[in-house]
Amino acid sequence: MSLSQLLTERAAAAVDVRRAARTSKASGGALLAVVVLLAALPYVVFSDITDTLVNFYVLVALASMWNLLAGFGGLVSVGQQAFVGIGAYSVIALADLGVQPYLAVPLAALTCVVFAVPTSWLAFRLRGDYFAVGTWVIAEVYRLLVVRVDALGGASGKGLAGLSGLDPALRGALTYWVALALTLATVGGCYLLLRGRVGLSLMAVRDEETAASAAGIDVTRAKRIVYLVSAAGTGAAGGVITISSLSVNPDAIFNVQWSAYMIFIVVIGGIGFVEGPLLGAVVFFALQQLLADYGSWYLVLLGAVGIAAARWLPGGLWGLVRDRTGLSLFPVGYYVRDPGHAR
Amino acid sequence: MQWFNAVVQGLLLGGLYALFATGLSLMFGVMRIVNLAHGDLAVVASFLALALVGGTGLPLWVVIVVTVPLFAVLGYLTQRVLLQGSLSSGPLATLLVTFGLSIVLQNVLLEIFSADTRTLDGGSFATSSFQLAGSVTVGWLPLVTFLLACAVLAGIQVFLTRTGLGRMLRASSDDRETANLVGADSRHVYGVATAIAFATVALAGLMFAVRSSFDPATGPSRLIFAFEAVVIGGLGSLWGTLLGGIVLGVTQSLGSQIDPAMTLLAGHLVFLAVLAFRPQGLLAGRTT
Repeated sequence: MSLSQLLTERAAAAVDVRRAARTSKASGGALLAVVVLLAALPYVVFSDITDTLVNFYVLVALASMWNLLAGFGGLVSVGQQAFVGIGAYSVIALADLGVQPYLAVPLAALTCVVFAVPTSWLAFRLRGDYFAVGTWVIAEVYRLLVVRVDALGGASGKGLAGLSGLDPALRGALTYWVALALTLATVGGCYLLLRGRVGLSLMAVRDEETAASAAGIDVTRAKRIVYLVSAAGTGAAGGVITISSLSVNPDAIFNVQWSAYMIFIVVIGGIGFVEGPLLGAVVFFALQQLLADYGSWYLVLLGAVGIAAARWLPGGLWGLVRDRTGLSLFPVGYYVRDPGHAR
Repeated sequence: MQWFNAVVQGLLLGGLYALFATGLSLMFGVMRIVNLAHGDLAVVASFLALALVGGTGLPLWVVIVVTVPLFAVLGYLTQRVLLQGSLSSGPLATLLVTFGLSIVLQNVLLEIFSADTRTLDGGSFATSSFQLAGSVTVGWLPLVTFLLACAVLAGIQVFLTRTGLGRMLRASSDDRETANLVGADSRHVYGVATAIAFATVALAGLMFAVRSSFDPATGPSRLIFAFEAVVIGGLGSLWGTLLGGIVLGVTQSLGSQIDPAMTLLAGHLVFLAVLAFRPQGLLAGRTT
């Protein structure tokens, strides 16, 4: 037995390491009940409510993916609209080729991964803050390239083929379920990814890159994984946007507004918590609906709240909740306790 | 001759890009802040000038003389009130604060001025030009803008290397804590850097406004130009920024010569090429 092994084992035996929360079993059951309830909604309520919820689910998915990228990977991107757009256009193109649009959504995620690989080569050359604007430029390049492809409708965009035969009620319900599945997959995917080895190395990289690298973590690999996963989820969300709106416009789908939404939802909800985007999306959505009659003032308010949160509340609302109650729905961290003073 | 003309026009446009990018470069060099509201500040200056010219009937040069110092004061205040506190919370906080500022500015402008596209009337000077050679005509406004950009960059360079405050600024940029130990007040120094950045942004914004049309949503695309100029030229080098601006301007101008739809794409592609093959920029300098 080598010395380092001996030391590690001794240290491990001396403390009690466990997942952050005790409440997770109960909250897991509650979450499951909520999901079942949400899945049954199309049978219960009118389609305007489910249509609104589709938008909400898309926001949750987008924000979760941005949270994974920035909150855990430390990669602050303002260019995620690139993947919203590529995902949306993938669904359009695949539907043109005869693929069932609902099946095209997971394929859109795959397309985004294919595009994200070369994108990451370029973007990862920019350190820290400059990464943000660099990804934005790359998103602009994708928009300008897509606009030049006539088969994709050029600058005026294109409608989605392949859904016109469906009964509107059924189409609405299917879209709703696909959107719900997207949210579950992104939030659940984040949770599972972060619980594992990747999550641990990511958080180490985020907190202190040099030290993590010295401890043997392949920093670039960890970041690339999180970038690709985030691109996939964001692309699938873009696909859901398309099947819900039935058409795509390059200026709207590649708009930096998407990044703005993701960022504010995550910052207000709590960056670096899996729960943050959920809570942030609720706040964002409520603001958007409440101030719907006041033009773009909700964005002014949102920006101001975002500034305030970034400035004075770095943990966001969920950080506040957690500090007060110790509640954690998706525990991804560990607590180290001294067994001599256990609880 | 057509191509030569495109190069000349691009060169002059590049001067404006450089003037505009200086503030971004300075704020990053000194404080490690990437100001995502950079483009929107320029647009705010444009609208402010529009409102002043429309409201008071003052000549444009008076408006410029008023707006630029006003922005310097605003810059100092923004740094002290908004940015200084977030600096200690790490780069993410400053990025988010400036991004929030960007969204707020855009939408406030949208509510006040509507989404209409505007231009600032620069009078006969803005449209007059002279014949350089053969079919190449050079507008007085682009030429003056270019010279102004060079003058401003030279002025900042002299300020940074020759004055006490400039030396403090460079010292704080290299190592804030040590600079504080030897008597620099980094908060004041940072405020001064932001004031200079805001003043150059306002000046560039006014020049943009006379040259081309603008609306409340123009800011982000302007920010991208500035960012590309800084990265192409090399981080932290003022003359690199001028070179980067010129490269960007000439590329865009040549791109539009091939196909008007290629203007922006050509610039972006050069930026990506620099990123791929020479990530330190054309003139890699030390930090400001």
